[in-house]
Amino acid sequence: MKAIFTILKRELKSYFASPIAYIILVVFLVLSGIFFFFYLESFIRSQFDPRFQLFREKLNLNEFVIRPYFGTTSVVLLFMIPLITMRLIAEERKNFTAELLFTSPVRVSQIVFGKFLASFSLFALMVALSAIYLVVLRVYGNPDLGPVLSAYLGLFLLGGSLISAGLFASSLTENQIVAAVISFGILLVFWILGASSDADNSILGYISIINHLDNFTKGIIALRDTIYYLSFIFFGLFLTYIMVESQRWR
Amino acid sequence: MIEVKNLTKRYGNLVAIDNVSFRVERGEVLGFLGPNGAGKTTTMRIITGYIPPTDGTVRVADFDIMEDPIKAKRRIGYLPENPPLYNDMTVEGYLDFIADLKKVVGKSKKSKIDLAMERCGITDVRKRLIGNLSKGYRQRIGIAQAIVHDPAVLVLDEPTIGLDPKQIIEIRQLIKSLAGERTIVLSTHILPEVTMTCTRVVIINEGKIVLEESLEKLSERVEGAQVLFIKTNCRNDGIREKILSLPNVSHVTENASGEFIIQTKDAADIREELARTIVQNGWGLLEMRPLTHTLEDVFLKVISTEGE
Repeated sequence: MKAIFTILKRELKSYFASPIAYIILVVFLVLSGIFFFFYLESFIRSQFDPRFQLFREKLNLNEFVIRPYFGTTSVVLLFMIPLITMRLIAEERKNFTAELLFTSPVRVSQIVFGKFLASFSLFALMVALSAIYLVVLRVYGNPDLGPVLSAYLGLFLLGGSLISAGLFASSLTENQIVAAVISFGILLVFWILGASSDADNSILGYISIINHLDNFTKGIIALRDTIYYLSFIFFGLFLTYIMVESQRWR
Repeated sequence: MIEVKNLTKRYGNLVAIDNVSFRVERGEVLGFLGPNGAGKTTTMRIITGYIPPTDGTVRVADFDIMEDPIKAKRRIGYLPENPPLYNDMTVEGYLDFIADLKKVVGKSKKSKIDLAMERCGITDVRKRLIGNLSKGYRQRIGIAQAIVHDPAVLVLDEPTIGLDPKQIIEIRQLIKSLAGERTIVLSTHILPEVTMTCTRVVIINEGKIVLEESLEKLSERVEGAQVLFIKTNCRNDGIREKILSLPNVSHVTENASGEFIIQTKDAADIREELARTIVQNGWGLLEMRPLTHTLEDVFLKVISTEGE
């Protein structure tokens, strides 16, 4: 446990010692802020649109602002997470520090999990800072809080899955750019697979990494979605562990 | 302290090390000598548990590196060929991380970090970023990293590579000062390094051990075989036979006319007698000097005979 914390601490220090964490935080906040503004503005406009007057009771913040906001955020994350995970293992190889880590009295699983937690903490910080938009919504409006909380749960599960895939990509190479490209590839494939299926219960639809967020934003915490994300995270971490171990055996 | 038994490592068809066995006792400084590509780094990586062997076992402080890796690794300090440094950390921050990683706990942590910095002479750069420091400092931080948790076994892979002569001397002194309680294995292809720092030598070539000896015996071997070079101004034919008939002469070769290389048996000193013979026969002695074997000769001899 202490070893995981040691790894986590160093990774976080390293994120904030370079501009990378700050840049990612700023870019994410600006992007999600623009999308939030965009959805809120069109919601307000549609309040006065005569075409929407017939079903005014259906016009609510959850349906018109929060759900699309989380949907878009998930896509933004899909493009930003690989940038925070690409260095995790690739850089250790390049700097020869892998030799230090793997000759230290810590387990490979602890190293992998510590690195996962480091990226997850940065991701959680991104999400936490962007929560200010929803606080604004709460102060000036009255959105239903239940779906917001379940949406955050879904977002954290999705983020964990993206990080887990990115960590695996980082274990494949010592080049950070290659790691980022591979994780974009993996994530886009998992995204597009879902978009290409129209049936509700198709297997492809189930595989899609983004589709599962939808229920969470509606306020539904379904077992199948939770299990999907948790097994995605576990599988990514497991493959990373296997990859790191097998490279030593070669 | 370290017991390497029948170690073999194959990469596909390439045999990096082949059935290597040796022991290092407590307090010894073992020089691991060999040309580049002989398998030194591979052996050290296996000893430290970075890569698993194809075959054979390694025990460090009585813990098997494959079966009890955590316990064994706690007792090892390792400086790889390229010092494993994080350029975005300060020296102090880095050593603090290492101490945590090596499970140095409690109050002793800070004093151990301070001691390691002091021994390696990096106290004055403790607040600086590692990325901004020179090669000499980086190498010393690498050594500080290896000793911070006060390990019983130190494994140093080419600790003086890429340093300037003054730094090399400093690092060697540092290594000498670290010996004593600790068991040290250090690899090098620089021979004088061995005479200066080690108590025992293992020479490895093409993955096999070709020589294993204490430094004292190695120096005897170096001095033991007496070879004399003489130069006379006499062109007579019979000289070679006459010298050969002297007691304790085992071999005489004529180099150029009037120049001979004489090998003696059992390291016997025949200079007096040889000189007397030459003078008595009036051959005109121009030059006589011993051809001492240097460590380089022994080294080249053992690795080249193995190669044939």
